[in-house]
Amino acid sequence: MINVKNLSKKYNNKTVVNNVSLNIKKGKITSFIGPNGAGKSTLLSAVSRLIKHDVGEIMIDQKEINSWKSNELSKKVAILKQSNNLNVRLTIRELVSFGRFPYSQGNLTQEDWEKVDEALSFMELHDIENQFLDELSGGQRQRAFIAMVIAQDTEYILLDEPLNNLDMKHSVQIMKVLRRLVDELGKTVILVIHDINFASFYSDYVVALKNGEIIRQGPTNEIIEQGTLKEIYDMDIPIKQIDKCKVCVYFA
Amino acid sequence: MIAMKIKYLVIALAVFSVSSIFIGVSGISLTDIFHLNEFQQQILLHSRLPRLISIIIAGASMAICGLIMQQLSRNKFVSPTTAGTMDSARLGILVSMLVFSAANPLFRAGSAFLFALLGTFLFMKILDKIKFKDAIFIPLVGIMFGNIIGSITMFFAYKNDMIQTITAWLQGDFSMILSGSYELLYISIPALFIAYLYANKFTIAGMGEDFSINLGMNHKRVVNVGLIIVAISTSVVVLTVGVIPFLGLIIPNIVSIYQGDNLRSNLPHTALLGAVFVLFCDILGRVLIYPYEIPIGLTVGVIGSGVFIYLLLRRKNYA
Ligand SMILES: Nc1ncnc2c1ncn2[C@@H]1O[C@H](COP(=O)(O)OP(=O)(O)OP(=O)(O)O)[C@@H](O)[C@H]1O
Ligand SMILES: [Mg+2]
Repeated sequence: MINVKNLSKKYNNKTVVNNVSLNIKKGKITSFIGPNGAGKSTLLSAVSRLIKHDVGEIMIDQKEINSWKSNELSKKVAILKQSNNLNVRLTIRELVSFGRFPYSQGNLTQEDWEKVDEALSFMELHDIENQFLDELSGGQRQRAFIAMVIAQDTEYILLDEPLNNLDMKHSVQIMKVLRRLVDELGKTVILVIHDINFASFYSDYVVALKNGEIIRQGPTNEIIEQGTLKEIYDMDIPIKQIDKCKVCVYFA
Repeated sequence: MIAMKIKYLVIALAVFSVSSIFIGVSGISLTDIFHLNEFQQQILLHSRLPRLISIIIAGASMAICGLIMQQLSRNKFVSPTTAGTMDSARLGILVSMLVFSAANPLFRAGSAFLFALLGTFLFMKILDKIKFKDAIFIPLVGIMFGNIIGSITMFFAYKNDMIQTITAWLQGDFSMILSGSYELLYISIPALFIAYLYANKFTIAGMGEDFSINLGMNHKRVVNVGLIIVAISTSVVVLTVGVIPFLGLIIPNIVSIYQGDNLRSNLPHTALLGAVFVLFCDILGRVLIYPYEIPIGLTVGVIGSGVFIYLLLRRKNYA
């Protein structure tokens, strides 16, 4: 479990995450939604120790985040940031193999390479695994980063807008992969996502942030609802039921 | 394919090494090798071999220093010449001569090392503060930074009548290498070996602090280890050979183009290519105006700046 209690974070006296408390359920997909600047990335970065929070506590499996050894935590929690402007010339395969660093410190064993291959297959990247990152399209690069995080084989996988740069087909592919990671391998996925329809289709829980505060959280069904969305986005978003799924028609 | 390239580099190194031994004013020819007279033996052992060894170590060292710096700063144009490292080492040498006038070589090396480390560290700190991280802008800042340190060196050298002595270190020169004066360079070998052990960590550091944290790696410590290696190697090279410009800049860039940025597999290529390139320039400098010699700093500088401009122009196409 990841438990966040009374978490606050300020930048230059401006509170960007304000007294946030939440519990992330194991073995589920939890989506963070909310308008730009709501504090989603900041919250995710704090939970993955990329930034230090000011007030409050973050417990990862009953242990405060700062008392984890960094190397141990890197086998437990993986994070992929919103933008990764890397300018290193690595091949996809090399990049993904660095996901095994917490286990092998760079000297990969047979088992490590198996995990690398598995991650590459999961993301269907074998065809282009020997291409350099700086010669890929934005979407291909994004998939390579996700493959690296999968190779890291952590219980918790945190992704900040993983659908950035992806076309519809690959967006669906990634969401399905995340679903498989959760359903088949028992991982826990937390992601920030803007397209509320993807959140609606694929996540178990939704946490809605606005102005640094959680304004609603709960099972997806309860959040994807006209009144709630109005509260979050200040927009009237009609919702249509198609088969078992709720589709938000937010274009007008 | 990659293994092939290593093979070519090794062959080139072998061919150039042999040529290097047999080129020089006092003739030693291949056929003499089994019945050398005493004079020829002396030349071989005390001049030609030390020269060859120092070229190889210096070439490999400067190329690898450049590679490490580029990875750690995440900028392809940062190197010992474009980050003030060499200028700082020279200031260190001057300070050691001023403070302990009869300094032994180790003292000098220590002082050069400390200054090189501080200078590079300072430059990395400046880098952190710069908001405008254009790939070209940063080495320009580095060159200016180096020039400032160079001016300080010159100022104190002038005040103390040491201009002559200090300019000797301005331009790399292998013609003065004799046994007894170059052994300090061996210090660079263990440093390069440690660089190889840290190769994967440097690669991760090159992906940025967040990537490092995610993979559970202590980014700061790895950067510090890298800078220490760079400072050690640069200072012993400057102390024994002098400044070899551009080497740390162009060699890693060439390797990166065909080979990528995975340090573990790049390091051997970079080291070999660095050694081959310096050997080639050295031989060129010795035959062009035979029986005189063009100092290595000049040959490498001229060829290197040409390659540098080419790299700048093709920058748009990659990275
Ligand atoms: N390093 C920083 N320094 C100062 N302010 C920051 C910093 N990072 C974020 N902020 C501010 O914190 C607020 C929340 O930012 P955050 O990136 O968490 O938003 P977000 O919900 O992820 O937005 P988006 O949907 O656009 O990604 C914003 O107002 C932003 O300007
Ligand atoms: Mg964000």
